[in-house]
Amino acid sequence: MSTNNPLELIDEMPTPTHGANAPTSKRLSRRQLVVRRFLRNKTAVLGLLVLVVMALLAVFGPLISAWDYRDVDRTAFLSEPDSRHPFGTTQSGVDMFALTLRGLSKSLVIGLAVAVISTGIAAVVGAFAAYFGGWFERIALWVIDLLLVVPSFLIIAIMMSADRSGTNQSGFDRFVSAAPQWIVLVVLLALFGWMLAARVVRSLSLSVKEREYVQAARFMGIPAPVIIVRHILPNISSLLIIDATLNVAAAILAETSLSFFGFGVKPPDTSLGVLLGVGARQATTFPWLFVPPAVTVVLLILAVNAVGDGLRDALDPTSGSGGRV
Amino acid sequence: MGRFILRRLLNYAVLLFVAISLTYLLAASQLNPRSLWELANPPIPAETIESSLRSKNLSDEVPLLQRYWTWLTGVLLHWDWGEAPRTGDVGPEIARRIGVSIRLITIGSLGGIALGVLVGAWTATKQYKISDRTITFLALAIFSVPVFVLISVVQVLATNFNDATGWRLFEFVGETGSVGDYPGAVLVDRIQHLALPTLVLVLANAAFFSRIQRNLMLDALGSDFVRTARAKGLPRRRAVMKHALRTSLIPTGTYFAFSVATLFLGSTFVEVLFSFHGMGEYAITSIQGQDVHGAVAVAAFGGVCVLVGATLSDFMVAALDPRVRVS
Repeated sequence: MSTNNPLELIDEMPTPTHGANAPTSKRLSRRQLVVRRFLRNKTAVLGLLVLVVMALLAVFGPLISAWDYRDVDRTAFLSEPDSRHPFGTTQSGVDMFALTLRGLSKSLVIGLAVAVISTGIAAVVGAFAAYFGGWFERIALWVIDLLLVVPSFLIIAIMMSADRSGTNQSGFDRFVSAAPQWIVLVVLLALFGWMLAARVVRSLSLSVKEREYVQAARFMGIPAPVIIVRHILPNISSLLIIDATLNVAAAILAETSLSFFGFGVKPPDTSLGVLLGVGARQATTFPWLFVPPAVTVVLLILAVNAVGDGLRDALDPTSGSGGRV
Repeated sequence: MGRFILRRLLNYAVLLFVAISLTYLLAASQLNPRSLWELANPPIPAETIESSLRSKNLSDEVPLLQRYWTWLTGVLLHWDWGEAPRTGDVGPEIARRIGVSIRLITIGSLGGIALGVLVGAWTATKQYKISDRTITFLALAIFSVPVFVLISVVQVLATNFNDATGWRLFEFVGETGSVGDYPGAVLVDRIQHLALPTLVLVLANAAFFSRIQRNLMLDALGSDFVRTARAKGLPRRRAVMKHALRTSLIPTGTYFAFSVATLFLGSTFVEVLFSFHGMGEYAITSIQGQDVHGAVAVAAFGGVCVLVGATLSDFMVAALDPRVRVS
């Protein structure tokens, strides 16, 4: 065995069997540790399972459903659940099961898209504000305060209820009405959902920015955006992951709330909020219009929140939920 | 200190001004009051519509900035928040609705917050026992239910209860109903109408605050000063109440201040589904009714609430945290 290469010497260093450096048990990488901690939390694992099943249903559901959400069954208006329509039908004779599936997939897509976009904005704005400081930071913080003062629900409702089909359309109107309603909703929800997280990102980035490796990178002349993406954001990724997960739940709730009042997704397209808006008003008389979307939305949000809690425990270095390793 | 507070208030005033102005410009350009009359049957002549809209400063044929200026001078000089396209002045309407909202939310939210803090702190001391797991899961479950679903479930249960017992014990339409003819009937009637909305508010607030308080309390219980207090020989009860609970209440104070301020618009669903004609309902009806001035006034009210909450949370922290008071 040659010992010319000094690196090989390091490989052959004996592992200490006692003393401060002796491993007490099997070594785990951080990823393994996080997975292990997450799996230990039974509620979170159950939540993840429910989420996976729901995502599969949303994608492949239309294949197992006998009806399409646009089909009208002229022999069954507002009929109770039976073998023909397992969840019953609506007033206009549309199958409730197909509608619930369609609503589920819309709500899932909206929740995921809003979470990714708003957490992305929060990460970029927060980290850049902390890294550059000065006037950029001041403006960013002021804009955050401004957006927090404006009641976002109201603004989104105003934007969504605007009538853009009139004769005197502006360029903005044409642009907005060209996009599908739910994409407009996603953009609006994301625009008003990033402020609090951006503040937390900023305060965490402020401490990461002072670390030696960030200073070293800076003095090596690496451009600021690269430093932020490579060195700062990965070090606050725990927060970002948790924030994104909880944002999914928040976005789904916001979508259902807006659609409930008719400010969100509009018919003929549907979402869980649209279905609930119709169903909740008839919950006593026609429960099958209300129960399927209600149970779906509650299960969905419960699962997302459970996964979020589990992730928080698993990613938090001070958490004791992983047990002793 | 005085200058610091003054600068802060000035910043708040500027924030509020910009926020409200932006909301006005947005609402005035997006909402379309004209559409309320265009489809009327029999049709109304276009000139009549136009003159009516112009008299209310709502016509979209007047340039946006000119409308904004008229509205702004009205608000600043005469405290006149403008007119709704159909229902008259916005100002008195809001004054009335604030009263309704206060009557609706006070008991429910304060009770819910107190209950949530107590439950959260208590479950933290019992971490991972059956009681903790049950209550934590229940809180998560209630927290995950959209408020309007919770309300519908409560209403269905109450209807069934009313039918089963044959009395109309629970009422869920409006603030008052048919008042009986016996002493104290007015009070009983109010309580009947308030019971269910209050229950919903208590559940929702308690679920939210117990989750926050449990986490904060767990942090406090694991901290060095509580261990020191125990090591000095302080009984567990005293260490928990005096040292852990008090410290963990400081961040809760911030949440408390904010949620008190945002309650008015946060209880929209309770107001709409129980037919209380308060501020939250006004936010919805004004937008649905293409009411530019109403929507802007609600937004302004919401903005003031948030800033009051921010100020309140500063005072709250100062009151609870000796370190802030000293420095």
